Formats: sequence, C-alpha cells, structure tokens
Amino acid sequence: MKLRHNKNFTAGAAITAVMLLIILVGLVWTPYDPNAMNGAAKRLAPCLTHPLGTDNFGRDILSRVVEGAGATFLIAAATVAIGLAAGLVIGGLTGYYGGWLDEIVMRLNDALAAFPSILLALVLIALMGGGKYNIILALGLLFIPSFARVVRGEVARQKSQDYVALAKLMGAGDMRVLFRHILPNIVPVLLPSVAIGFNNAVLAEASMSYLGVGVQPPDASLGRMLNEAQGYLLTAPWYALSAGAAIILLVLGFGLLSEGMGGDYGAA
Amino acid sequence: MALLDIRDLHVTFLSTGKEAVRGVDLTVEPGQRLGLVGESGSGKTVTAMALSGLIERWNVDMSGQVLFDGRDLLTCSRDQLRKIQGRDIGVVFQEPMTSLNPLMRVGRQVEEVLKIHTDLSPDERRAKALEAMAQVGLPDPERTYEKYPHQLSGGQRQRAVIASAMVIRPRLLICDEPTTALDVTVQAQILSLLKSFSTDHGVAILLISHDLRVVRRLCERVAVMHRGRIVERGDTDAVFADPQEEYTKRLIAAIPQRKRHG
Ligand SMILES: Nc1ncnc2c1ncn2[C@@H]1O[C@H](COP(=O)(O)OP(=O)(O)O)[C@@H](O)[C@H]1O
Ligand SMILES: [Mg+2]
Repeated sequence: MKLRHNKNFTAGAAITAVMLLIILVGLVWTPYDPNAMNGAAKRLAPCLTHPLGTDNFGRDILSRVVEGAGATFLIAAATVAIGLAAGLVIGGLTGYYGGWLDEIVMRLNDALAAFPSILLALVLIALMGGGKYNIILALGLLFIPSFARVVRGEVARQKSQDYVALAKLMGAGDMRVLFRHILPNIVPVLLPSVAIGFNNAVLAEASMSYLGVGVQPPDASLGRMLNEAQGYLLTAPWYALSAGAAIILLVLGFGLLSEGMGGDYGAA
Repeated sequence: MALLDIRDLHVTFLSTGKEAVRGVDLTVEPGQRLGLVGESGSGKTVTAMALSGLIERWNVDMSGQVLFDGRDLLTCSRDQLRKIQGRDIGVVFQEPMTSLNPLMRVGRQVEEVLKIHTDLSPDERRAKALEAMAQVGLPDPERTYEKYPHQLSGGQRQRAVIASAMVIRPRLLICDEPTTALDVTVQAQILSLLKSFSTDHGVAILLISHDLRVVRRLCERVAVMHRGRIVERGDTDAVFADPQEEYTKRLIAAIPQRKRHG
C-alpha cells in the first residue's frame, strides 16, 4: 500500500519536474520563435530540423507546445492561487469561528458546488468576455468553494487539538492561533487538493481555449493548439498529438502526485 | 490576599444540561502548591478550564467568582484575560503527545509565550528558551531547540511543555494530570522538577490528579473533589493521616498498599 503510494508520488514528481524544466527553459529559449511563420515549411512531418513537425503556417510545433504548456501552466497556477488564497481565508475563518456565519457560507458553497464548474465558467466568460485574464478570474472564482471546504473541515478538526488549546492559553490572539499554529498543520491535507485543483484547471483551460473562449491567437496554449489542430487531424496528425500529449503529461504528473500524497502524506 | 480565590463556582454545560461543577470554593496563596484530587469525572478538569479561560463561554452557564489577584476572570474582557493567560497563568496538560504543535520547532514553542507577551528581541527570546530548556533537563538544548516534537520522547515532550509555560515565570501553574501519561520513573522526575520550579521561583501550582500519591509528592495542601463539590480539604499530611470523609477514605484505601508510603 505504502509502496504503491510512494511509487505514484515518485513518478508524479518526475513527470512534473521534467515538464516544469521544459516550461522554464521555454521561457528563455525555444528552438524557433513560436509565432514565426514560414511559407516554405508548412505542415512538415516530424524531422531533424522540426522534431514535432510544423503547422499550417509553417510554425515550429515543438516551440509552440513548449510555449503553450507554459501558458497553460501559468493559467492553471494563477487559477489555483486565487482559489487557494480565498479558500484559505474563507475556510479558515468559518472553520475556526463556526456558528451562523459558517452555516451561511457553507450553504452558499454547496449551492455553487452543485453546478458543473466548466458550465459556470462558460456563463461567467459569456458575461465578462474571453481572454487569458478572464479565464483565470472565472476559474479562480469557481475553485474557491472546493478549497474553502477542505480548509474549513481541517481547521475545525485541528481547532480541538491540545496544542491549539495551549496556544490560546498562552494568550495568543485568534489570528495568531489560526495562521501561525493551525494553518501550517493543514498543509499535508491541502497538498493533494492543490494537485487535483491544478489538474482541473489545466483541463478547464484546455477545454475553454479549445472552444475558442480562452487564450486568443496568436498566443499559444495547449487547448488553443488543439482547436487549431482539429482541421488537420488527417493531414498533420502530429499537431494534435503533440498538444494532446503535453496536456496528458501535465495532468498525469499532478494526478500521480496527488494520489501519492493523498493516501500517505505522513511519509511524504 | 490570595493569588487565586475561587468562590462558589458553578459550571453547567448548556448542551447536556449537566452541572459539572456545583459550588466550588478554593484558594491558592502565592507560591503555594494545592492538589485537587478526585476520581475521573468529578469535575476537576472543568474547574481548571473555567479558571484558565479555556471554556467557551457560550457553551456553559457559569456563576460564582474566580478572583486572580483580585480580578474576576469570569467577567473580565477577553483582552484582559489574554493578558493574564500565559503571562501570569501557565497550563500543562495530561497528554504530551498532543500538547505540542507537530510542525513547529520545539524551541519556537518554548519561546512562543515570550513572543506573545514581551518585547524581547529574537536573540533574547532564544537565550531564555535555551535556559528554560536546560532547567527542565532537556538534553543538549541547542540541538533540541531545532527539533520537532516527534523527535522527542514522551517525557522530553512534557519537559518541553513545562519549559514553554515556565520560561516567562508565571505566578500560577495549572497542571492537569501532568504525569498520568508517563511511566513511573519519568513521573517522579517531572514531579520533582515541578516542585523545584515552584520553590525556586515562588510559582504557585494547582495540581489536578486522580492519583493521591502524585498530590502527596508535590502539594502541601489538598482538596478532595467529588461529583462537582469539594468534600474535604486541608494539609496533605493531615488529610492522609486522618481523613474525615468517607469518600476520602475510599480514595486512600484504593492506593495500592506497597506504594502508599513509597
Ligand atoms: N464539553 C463538555 N460538554 C458536556 N459535558 C462535559 C464537557 N466536558 C466535561 N463534561 C462533563 O463534566 C463532568 C466532569 O468532567 P471533568 O472535569 O473532565 O472530570 P475530571 O475530574 O475527570 O477531570 C463529566 O461528567 C463530563 O462528562
Ligand atoms: Mg480530567
């Protein structure tokens, strides 16, 4: 059991580390300018000069996948950051104080969570308009309830521990008890949720960009590339395959990480 | 004036309607060690919680007075109470395994109360923490300071908890079954540690225990609690030698023979 989780964790960490490395390198260097078109090199199959081939405009697919993965990653990270930050504050305060405020916020939470978040995201995007920043905002908002729920439950559990009682009996104020004593102790429970949230964000960004409401051309994102690639599934299958593989690797890495931590975070 | 003067304290839990403390009077003079003894469920912990301010006021119906240094802790504001908690009243619980924050270095926890109540610089706090850790007999304070609780034994953790309460020299230390979770030799060490702290620094101790032997080791005075009331009180030796109440006699009789005088 333990071994399986550790294997998951190791594999997930390895995949994620490689993807992150590629993304980081991509920030300063890509083989070609991802947006440079080349009329003489359209839809080339993978070859030595273009390892993943080129697209309909003669753009290097490897360079675009690297840049697109970076964009997708950043959007997912920003989304999770918004959801997590607000979730920590809302879940922390409601879990710590309890009472009627807790009741109201959690019922609201339940109501929000009852809708599929991608649907709500589309509604928000329809209201606010598409584009990178609105995607981040919409998804971030929609992620708040699930983080708030996890944080709240764990804060409420830690609140009754002896060490928290002793901190109060030392005269520590509520904010000190909550943020200095309790919050660090919920991190082990929170990490798997962060990894899962990250996955959901990658998939949501990909879906929305695929539907054309996310990242706008000429910027690359993995979902955007899938959208562009669908016209060339037969003539340039490497285009769709490259973008799809990058999405799968990102999601697989974080999925394995969360599995590995979720079952046995004490050992991680 | 008594350091702690509890007058006719009643505590009823609203959730269950149970009156756990039914008119307790207790006084502790400065530097005095008082043992509160009674079988499990007699209301000792609830009494301690009421006077340390741990009881959530919305959860109970309380009446009476808990005068600490002349000020009623039951009616003072939360801010006033917080200034007394930790600074003047320290607390040690039964379970050393759960009393420390698992993710905070031991040294940080020992100096936490200084951080809350004093303006000392980080270096001064650290120095005081190391001194307190040495006094409670933690090995190699410099290294123990950097450790996490799971790296310490049960006895060492309880020493760390005591250090974290004593580092600021409170005037009253409330110990609720401080040695119950420890094995016998460590128990004796912790008790003598508490005793020397109390005599060296004039710290009063309210020791709560179901075990008369523990009270006898540490306290010059004892109060016997039964079903939420104090049924007998006096000098520890006198109560042991000549118990007046049937309940006290039974408690004494329940002590294993061989160890009664040990
Ligand atoms: N939070 C609570 N809610 C309701 N009843 C409680 C609570 N805490 C303690 N009690 C009750 O108060 C009584 C005294 O408990 P306690 O003070 O813990 O006994 P002890 O003398 O063993 O420390 C017990 O009957 C217990 O069930
Ligand atoms: Mg008790």
